[in-house]
Amino acid sequence: MKKLLLGNFAVARGCYEAGVKVATAYPGTPSTEITEAIAQYDEIYCEWAPNEKVALEVAIGAAIYGRRAICSMKHVGLNVAADPLFTASYTGVNAGLLIAVADDPGMHSSQNEQDTRNIAKAAKVPVLEPSDSQECIDFVKIGFEMSEKFDTPVILRLTTRIAHSQSVVEEGQREEVKFEYKKDIQKYVMMPAMARPRHEFVERRLKSLKEFSETIGINKVEQGTEKMAFIASGIAYQYVKEAYPDAWVLKLGMVWPLPERLIKDFCSRFEKVYVVEELDPFLEENIKAMGINNIVGKEIFKLTGEYSPSFIKKAVENKEVELPYKVKQTLPPRLPVLCPGCPHRGIFYVLSRLKDVVITGDIGCYTLGALSPFNAMDSCVCMGASIGMAHGISNASDKNQKVIAVIGDSTFVHSGITGIIDAVYNGSDILVMILDNSTTGMTGHQDHPATGYTIKGEQTYKLDLMSLCRALGCVAVEEVNPYKIKENVVKIKQLLDLPGVKVVIAKAPCRLHRRHKFTISKRYIDFEKCKNCRLCLSLGCPAISLKDKPTIDTNLCLACGMCEDVCKFGAISSQKEQ
Amino acid sequence: MKKNINILIVGVGGQGNILFSKILGDVLLNVGYDVKISEVHGMAQRGGSVVTYVKAGEKVFSPLVDRAEADYILAFEKLEALRWLEYLKNNGILIYSDYEIPPLSVITGAYEYPDVEKILQTVGVKACRVEVKKLLSQLGNSRVQNTLMLGFFSRFLDIDEALFKKSIERNVKKEFIEINLKAFELGRRIEMCEVEK
Repeated sequence: MKKLLLGNFAVARGCYEAGVKVATAYPGTPSTEITEAIAQYDEIYCEWAPNEKVALEVAIGAAIYGRRAICSMKHVGLNVAADPLFTASYTGVNAGLLIAVADDPGMHSSQNEQDTRNIAKAAKVPVLEPSDSQECIDFVKIGFEMSEKFDTPVILRLTTRIAHSQSVVEEGQREEVKFEYKKDIQKYVMMPAMARPRHEFVERRLKSLKEFSETIGINKVEQGTEKMAFIASGIAYQYVKEAYPDAWVLKLGMVWPLPERLIKDFCSRFEKVYVVEELDPFLEENIKAMGINNIVGKEIFKLTGEYSPSFIKKAVENKEVELPYKVKQTLPPRLPVLCPGCPHRGIFYVLSRLKDVVITGDIGCYTLGALSPFNAMDSCVCMGASIGMAHGISNASDKNQKVIAVIGDSTFVHSGITGIIDAVYNGSDILVMILDNSTTGMTGHQDHPATGYTIKGEQTYKLDLMSLCRALGCVAVEEVNPYKIKENVVKIKQLLDLPGVKVVIAKAPCRLHRRHKFTISKRYIDFEKCKNCRLCLSLGCPAISLKDKPTIDTNLCLACGMCEDVCKFGAISSQKEQ
Repeated sequence: MKKNINILIVGVGGQGNILFSKILGDVLLNVGYDVKISEVHGMAQRGGSVVTYVKAGEKVFSPLVDRAEADYILAFEKLEALRWLEYLKNNGILIYSDYEIPPLSVITGAYEYPDVEKILQTVGVKACRVEVKKLLSQLGNSRVQNTLMLGFFSRFLDIDEALFKKSIERNVKKEFIEINLKAFELGRRIEMCEVEK
């Protein structure tokens, strides 16, 4: 039966049908749903790992043991997992190992726009790139077969518009696959004497993969009727087909290593061939390196952001699309905001009131604390960076600069722990605030080691962040209620003046989380008492807006009570005025 | 040969964009279209401006609807209708909710919430306004705006009403099917707007 399926769900379905036994990941948009969907299949062992490096190591172990394994992540996650990846390329696999990596052109929810193909090339592993959900299913299976045939990890590269688009698929049956485990230190113990011959193997493998790419069916020429020619893969292929349905297209399903003969033959038939690819000129540069010079690429197609059919048309024909309806005036921007009732709001309100403090931030919902009305964050680089950066700033200033690092609970477990170890070991004077909302909020409420639940929702050992931080050697570790604004102003100021590494765990569950039930007693404003000072507006709560005086939208209010704590005139309470 | 239909669903994160496109896409697939749907997750969930694309046709390649390509724009929030208006093709139809969610830039006083009706008139677009607020209070549930709008929109497509209802039953969680079917029917009974009479 035909059905619509999200690209990520299709990858999961492909894994199910391919007989995958182990799936691991750390959540990251736009890759998260792959592992969430796999968790629905009882035949597959599935887990959230603390970070992508660990996740990949788990998958490598499973593959070497002889069971097909997939590890999924977003593009920046592959940086974290790069260390095991580069050597897993040497050890090879036993049963297949697939690494699904989702790039994010246009940065819908990422801190940079990097191109996974560059890392794959550097690690000398092959890359497949599907262009719709059906290909997601098919390429997963091809990927596992390739992985086993050539003894290599295989990267399945997705982009946002593949991972998060639904298109039509037909589902198939599961086939179990199993390989024998054999101890083999020449292959799996990568010390220099054994790694040297493995490097020779990797180079030979790359040659055979290149040969294989000439005949693999997913690299194919689609005949056209016009004398126009394109080379494209992934979502860019779909954009080309829509913009120029009558053109010739060399569609590449395997984008590394490249089929040189196929590409040379294709290019020799046309005066000019357009290479269409989002992000880096990866195909273009590698095709030019084959000595092919009649290709047109980044001189007309942009290096940044997403493409679209009309963008390609505009670049090729150099003409603008006419817009029939255009609003001339500037519209009020609608940037993302912390949700009504979000516990992070209380902390950022407090932080926004501190003077002369540098606040290093991290990746998660709380990155929104950098925006108005709080403006309470000075940096955001990568998962776990806030703590290391705070330590760096403190020491660069000879410790006369007060520094606060802000980090979420999931991010802290991902890569914040080692930052604290460094800061304590080197005698730093920083305050670390763990904004613990007991979930991975930004990606949609995934569990992690400190929530006490597995990906299947089963209870498990709950990592205790308080005892952990004490064990790491922090001089003070305190838990606070983020909703208690007045108390926290005092507390944070006190702790900032202490020498050493201090930790405040601001703990209150995410208001959108299904597991936590909240008693609702909505807040109302007594307009008699309200002096219209508008201090409550500086909370940036979507439920409070200004009519003549501030007003609370009870449809949106989640009764966190912070506005009541902030109001100096006692005008806000859970009593509705009569 | 099936005619191509390009639809943009715009609004604010959390308004049920994705469910709307899922139900609609499912219906279109069942009447024999090739369908693609594209959505954006992540930051957009936190009250940001959100768009979902639904495309149907004999064969659909790109999941995106480009500027000046949408046959219909469905706006679940008034201001968002203006923000995405340049995606409407010539003579395309805008269907928008009268629901207002002031963005933070308005709450803090940096901007004013614009007079949407007046601007739409000056731009000269074919638009249908749906009195969602009033209708939702009849239903006593503010979370089914999406299926209410779907009920109204279903009348623009030449597809049997029963197929929409079946799709709602397939795609909505069991405990919410009844209220969503009610909202759909209420939407379907709204008087047709001037532009399509």
